[in-house]
Amino acid sequence: MTAAAERQAPLAVAAGEDGVLEVALQRLPCNEIGTAMLAALEGACDAIDAAAPRVVILHSTVPAGFCAGADLRELHAGMLAVEDPAERRAAIADFLERIHRVMDRLDTFPGPVVAALHGVCFGGGFELALTADLRIAEKNTRFAFPELRLGLIPGFGGLPRLRRDAPAGLVRSLLMSGRSLGARRAAEVELVQQVVAPGEALGAARRLAAQLLRYDAHATRLGKAFVKPLPREDLDEEKRIFLELIDRPAVREALADFASRTDAHPWLPRAAPSP
Amino acid sequence: MTTLERLQQLARTRFGEKADALGPDTDFFDALGIDSLQALDLLTDIEDAFGVEVPDWEMQDVRTLGGLAEVIGRYGG
Repeated sequence: MTAAAERQAPLAVAAGEDGVLEVALQRLPCNEIGTAMLAALEGACDAIDAAAPRVVILHSTVPAGFCAGADLRELHAGMLAVEDPAERRAAIADFLERIHRVMDRLDTFPGPVVAALHGVCFGGGFELALTADLRIAEKNTRFAFPELRLGLIPGFGGLPRLRRDAPAGLVRSLLMSGRSLGARRAAEVELVQQVVAPGEALGAARRLAAQLLRYDAHATRLGKAFVKPLPREDLDEEKRIFLELIDRPAVREALADFASRTDAHPWLPRAAPSP
Repeated sequence: MTTLERLQQLARTRFGEKADALGPDTDFFDALGIDSLQALDLLTDIEDAFGVEVPDWEMQDVRTLGGLAEVIGRYGG
């Protein structure tokens, strides 16, 4: 990563058409969510509150994709750096509470939130995309929850939100197998509302936002709150399970292993050695 | 066109001229220097071209076009 890229803010908030606010993730290599991105997302939520737009668009300017999820290398280093187990668990719980607040704020934003997606949309990135009301994906977008290979479950609210939007069999398949799902298949189950050509997601999101602005804001707000309630109890239960799982030696070993991976399928468990 | 020929065509489109030398038993991961993002793109290319859905782990050990053709065949492509 260049020094210029390191200095660049993890995201940028910009006013789009009248009543539209665009949040662009822009942290190389793929918008990993660590402490810097978390603080930036909190700032973006504050900016949304202050601007009170009618529609929010989430997108990424990073070529690799929308977001590769939690910054596992930072998480691993952070877990090694704090020796006291109680202090370590408190730090993780604090991060978890903060990222859940961010996700909940985006999820319950009164107007439509549109996610314009491409490339990698894994783990916490998938969870971020699931806060949106409507998702537009370039055809190369792939979704996955690879957390189980670390001995974890998704922890940023992804499972309750996926359960809200997807058939139960798909939720189990994504959770238990860690497989990735392409944009076209995601559209077949309405996880994605539009599939577009590479490079076209943001433009399509802007055209959709322009359409959404033609409808009555008050009715949109009441309608959204009615059809998209926050799955509060499930979100709390997911946090509890995540915290139960994370501070275990097996997870630390899996994180260390992940940090050392150089193969082409790091989101999967290591392949069994050839006989 | 055989599955292998279609795969060679896909590889040419995605990776350019350096894919021309790929035979059915060439290790294309080594030959093309495929990283994790390209592995995902390859999976999407295959799903689009052959109308199949192949779980990621089926591709994890496959390093040749011949091996890919075999996997695609198992999924009805």
